[in-house]
Amino acid sequence: MQSILKADNIVKYFYQPEPFEVLKGVSFEAKKGEFLSVVGKSGCGKSTLLYILSTMDTGYEGSLELNGKLLTGLSQNSLSRFRNEHLGFVFQFHFLLPEFTALKNVMLPALKLGKYSDKEIEERAYEKLNWMGMGDYALKTASRLSGGQQQRVAIARALINDPAIIMGDEPTGNLDQANTKIIFDIFMKLAKENGQTIIAVTHDQDFAAASDRIIEMSDGVIVN
Amino acid sequence: MKSLRLALDIALTHLLAKKRQTVIAMLGVMFGISMFIVMISFMQGVNQFTLDLALDGSPHVRIYNPIKNDRQSIIEQQGNNADAMYIVHHQKPKSELPKIKNGMRILRDLEQWPGVQQAAPNLSTQVFYNSGSVQFAGSMIGCDILKENVLYDLENKLVTGTLEGLLTNTDGILLGDELAEKMNVKVGDRISISTPQGSLLLMRVVGTFSFGFSAVDGMRSYATLASVQKILQKDPQYITDLVIRLEDYTQAKALAKTLTEIYGYTAEDWETTNAAILAGEVIRNVMTFVVSLAMLVVAGFGIYNIMNMSILNKLKDIAILKATGFESHNIVSVFLLQSIIIGLLGGVLGVLTGGFFSYLISITPFPSGTGFNIATFPVLFEVKYYLLGIVFGFLTTLFAGWFPARRASRVDPVAIIRG
Repeated sequence: MQSILKADNIVKYFYQPEPFEVLKGVSFEAKKGEFLSVVGKSGCGKSTLLYILSTMDTGYEGSLELNGKLLTGLSQNSLSRFRNEHLGFVFQFHFLLPEFTALKNVMLPALKLGKYSDKEIEERAYEKLNWMGMGDYALKTASRLSGGQQQRVAIARALINDPAIIMGDEPTGNLDQANTKIIFDIFMKLAKENGQTIIAVTHDQDFAAASDRIIEMSDGVIVN
Repeated sequence: MKSLRLALDIALTHLLAKKRQTVIAMLGVMFGISMFIVMISFMQGVNQFTLDLALDGSPHVRIYNPIKNDRQSIIEQQGNNADAMYIVHHQKPKSELPKIKNGMRILRDLEQWPGVQQAAPNLSTQVFYNSGSVQFAGSMIGCDILKENVLYDLENKLVTGTLEGLLTNTDGILLGDELAEKMNVKVGDRISISTPQGSLLLMRVVGTFSFGFSAVDGMRSYATLASVQKILQKDPQYITDLVIRLEDYTQAKALAKTLTEIYGYTAEDWETTNAAILAGEVIRNVMTFVVSLAMLVVAGFGIYNIMNMSILNKLKDIAILKATGFESHNIVSVFLLQSIIIGLLGGVLGVLTGGFFSYLISITPFPSGTGFNIATFPVLFEVKYYLLGIVFGFLTTLFAGWFPARRASRVDPVAIIRG
């Protein structure tokens, strides 16, 4: 299987309130179509690792390669473009734009990419929302949706540009069992059928156990 | 282009989500620009009015023969002793007539001069107007009344009588209306006039005029050249001034200089004559611009504040946009467009209200009393002030919006999303 993500000896310090080594040389690889779970106790650095892998945090040592492209040292703007096209991200706390409708929230990254016409983008956005069972709420303003609903819309948004890699920080953290199951199945299907790579930080043992591979972290290193 | 449309879409959504804030920011710009327009229109109107007043009361160029004191004394002319120095104290002017020699010839020259609308001969002298046992000092101008009319539009300044009265009566005189009132005379009455030299002349009032200045209306009278030559006991060629009206009054300064060089007499342009009035214009202009710009700066600060607050409220949104792939310049566009929209809408509203208030001022009656011939406050309506208002308003908002927008584009998404 083709390698899609290669992190080599990632070291990350926090300087506030005092210097602290969060990640102590993390190296791992993810393959195309793999469904990975990252687990570990709070404060072990798994979220920090995820932000580095997602290219948003650039203050680290080591090197990061995604989709065959070395991303370490690129400018913020080129990283933005890369994220837009190749990365989908689901945040821990939903994070939709409150003034926009659910549909518009999903459409924005695609409108930014500009690969399809507005009409096609709208159709695709409806498709993703329907996967999440949110099709009926498409025209509701995001601020009027519940936490779980917002999270599902956020997942739809992460999928809109058919990214090579989808990352989630507790992507099912606000969802009940039934919805977690639905999301998990969708992730699995995307990994197996479309060859998209999924990397999810989670506390949910069942969720982790059912994924392809579990990466366990402790005190800034991968232990398993 | 596509990304700009997307930024516009987001900017509009933000503006509409916070309608009250948007409207307040817009009102700030509107107020600034409308005041800018009102002030500049009004001040320029006042300037135009004083300019008209100045141009009304004085010729564009006046040629005269000034009394000179700076001639060489005879002792200086005669003494060739290089070792000596001569000082003559309190030298008096020569007994020389303030006559323009060959004046009628020069007049014919001037009438042919390109750019000269009308030239006219004047003979002015100090006189006393005798009203019973009381004498009023004043000046009397002998002139060709039809030519004088072209220069000063006398016809419209007549209060009573006619200009033609001067042509039909050899001893006719036009009096300033204040002077006529002081002397208690009306058209048809006879008055006696004496000169400093002591000669006396009886004249018939054929009309009264008003320029709007006490200095003119209470002192001046017009008569024919012949009358004044007679009272001064001079020959029919004797004139003291040549006054000129140009087609373009801005050429006066240049022409005055040329005429001085050619004829050797002093030629004075209207700007020099009215230097005091025109100095006021410069001061008013500076004041107008300072106050107007201050208002726009205040409006700009309003926008700056509101945009800054709006960005603080939207840190999360900015982080999301960046996380999902929006670049720095996209973020700048989103927020700068909000300022621009506020600026443009505020500008258009400001132009409309500014025009409306200018109109209100322009129809407000001006309590001028008798002096000025003006019914309402002077306001100048010129497209360029309105364009200037929009341009200034636009630049102010652009400037005020730029810093918050740049600040927004520098938000670090990780710092926000981690919380």
